[in-house]
Amino acid sequence: MIEVEGLTKRYGATAVVDDVSLRLPEGRLTAVIGPNGAGKSTLLSMIARLMKPDTGRIRVAGLDVASTAGEVLARRLSILRQENHITARLTVGDLVAFGRFPHSGGRPGPEDARHVAEALAALDLAPFRDRFLDELSGGQRQRAFVAMTLAQDADCMLFDEPLASLDIRHAISMMELLRDLCRNKGKTVVLVLHDINIAANFADGVVAMKDGRIEAVGDTGEVMTGERLSRLYGLPISVERNGGSCIVNYFRSRD
Amino acid sequence: MPPETILPARRHALPPGLIVLALAAVVLAASIAFMTVGVKGNWAYVLELRGRKLAAIVLVATATAVSTILFQTITGNRILTPSIIGFDALYALLQTVLVFFLGAGRVAAFDPRLLFLLEAASMLALALLLYRWLFLGERRSLHLLLLVGVVFGLIFRSITQLLQRIMDPNEFVVLQDRLFASFNGVNPVLIGMSATAIGLVGLAIWKRRFVMDVLLLGREPAIGLGVDYRRLVTLILVLVSVLVASSTALVGPINGFEPISFYGVLVANLTYLLLPTFSHRFLLPAAAMIGILLIAGGQLVLETLLGFDSAVGIVIEFAGGLVFVFLLLKGLAR
Repeated sequence: MIEVEGLTKRYGATAVVDDVSLRLPEGRLTAVIGPNGAGKSTLLSMIARLMKPDTGRIRVAGLDVASTAGEVLARRLSILRQENHITARLTVGDLVAFGRFPHSGGRPGPEDARHVAEALAALDLAPFRDRFLDELSGGQRQRAFVAMTLAQDADCMLFDEPLASLDIRHAISMMELLRDLCRNKGKTVVLVLHDINIAANFADGVVAMKDGRIEAVGDTGEVMTGERLSRLYGLPISVERNGGSCIVNYFRSRD
Repeated sequence: MPPETILPARRHALPPGLIVLALAAVVLAASIAFMTVGVKGNWAYVLELRGRKLAAIVLVATATAVSTILFQTITGNRILTPSIIGFDALYALLQTVLVFFLGAGRVAAFDPRLLFLLEAASMLALALLLYRWLFLGERRSLHLLLLVGVVFGLIFRSITQLLQRIMDPNEFVVLQDRLFASFNGVNPVLIGMSATAIGLVGLAIWKRRFVMDVLLLGREPAIGLGVDYRRLVTLILVLVSVLVASSTALVGPINGFEPISFYGVLVANLTYLLLPTFSHRFLLPAAAMIGILLIAGGQLVLETLLGFDSAVGIVIEFAGGLVFVFLLLKGLAR
């Protein structure tokens, strides 16, 4: 469960996140969507205490983010940001093992080894375990970072654009994996997504943001309507439901 | 499922623990050789003299190596050393001001313990003042700190040079002698004081050897993994300052007050080359031992065996300079 109350972040006169209040119940996969500069990443960063809000309160799994010790919070909350540059030369296995740091304090036990192996397997990375990160493709590296976040095994997992540079097969299998974590392990997963088709088909709930404010929040079916999305992105968009899947079409209505 | 291209894993390096042990054996052998090779006459006298010299070398090498590795870990940069903040420049300024205003004779008559404390304290004060600039809350502040440090260093160097230009030439000769690291005739009381400081800092660092690895991931991932980033980085900077201050106050600036210590760069990068690991629990002891080997081994070979006088510093700085240029070119080529 993530609760956000009256959250604001300003740079100079412009509010990047403007008085946002939210409740994200546990066991659900929530997608945060919206145009560039909507404040999605900033919101995620503040929830994960990477950035201090100017005003507002955040509670994750009942813990106040501003006052809880970092190491306690790290066992309940994990975040993966969009850009990850590491100057040290690490192997995929090293990186994923870092995800266990909040639990192992740097001295991994058998339980940690099991989590690392599971995370590597879940992201198709077992054969790459001993490869250095700088020898991987962008998509493989991205999966390694996701595996590290999974190994952290927190109740709430935040991902900023986790599908960046993934091919379709890996994007879909990662979304299935995350949905499975919500359904079967009761995790709360929050994703910033640019691919609104993926959001429409995998998310339980959607938070639509624009100009630092929340435009709409609710179940995916409610929020993802042609009218709402058209207004959100300033582009004619139609939503077609076709059996079990949902296609957000932003091409057809252009001609 | 379509297989992805998998290159064969290349990992046939020795385990880092073994390399550290081997290094320890080499350092031990080198120390024995350093103490005993070419002893003529009174053994007790020579051993005492060389023992003091070796102790000073061990302290300075350890402090420089450990502080450089830690500084590179928190800055995420492999060619920086703590001297960029201007420690050495401040040391030179302090010496110059003392000699200029009090005269070389009176400075030489100072209680060395007092001078040591004064030097160490003022370098620490500079560091702490600089760290007040360190608002690690948001990004880039570490770079701001480095820039401010560079500017401070420039100011210190300019004042130093001005004072040296208008100084009595005789005093200047005495001053110059004080401005270069010398391991000869170091006061045993100062060795004790500096060993205590470096030992305590060493313990504080060893206690945090695991969390320092997490810093290699950078600020955001480290915070995500529960590290109190701002506090830890500030603490490391303070510990680094104590190391640099106590080693510089002991023998003088190892790099002859240039803005970059090639010796530190050389030691740190030899360590990374020799130990293919990111773990500070291996890197830190290995770096300290490589540092000792470079100075003690260098002195042994160049001075005792080949008979060159105090050429080690020059050779090390030259080799370090080459490594520095190599690293720059490698960085450009990437």
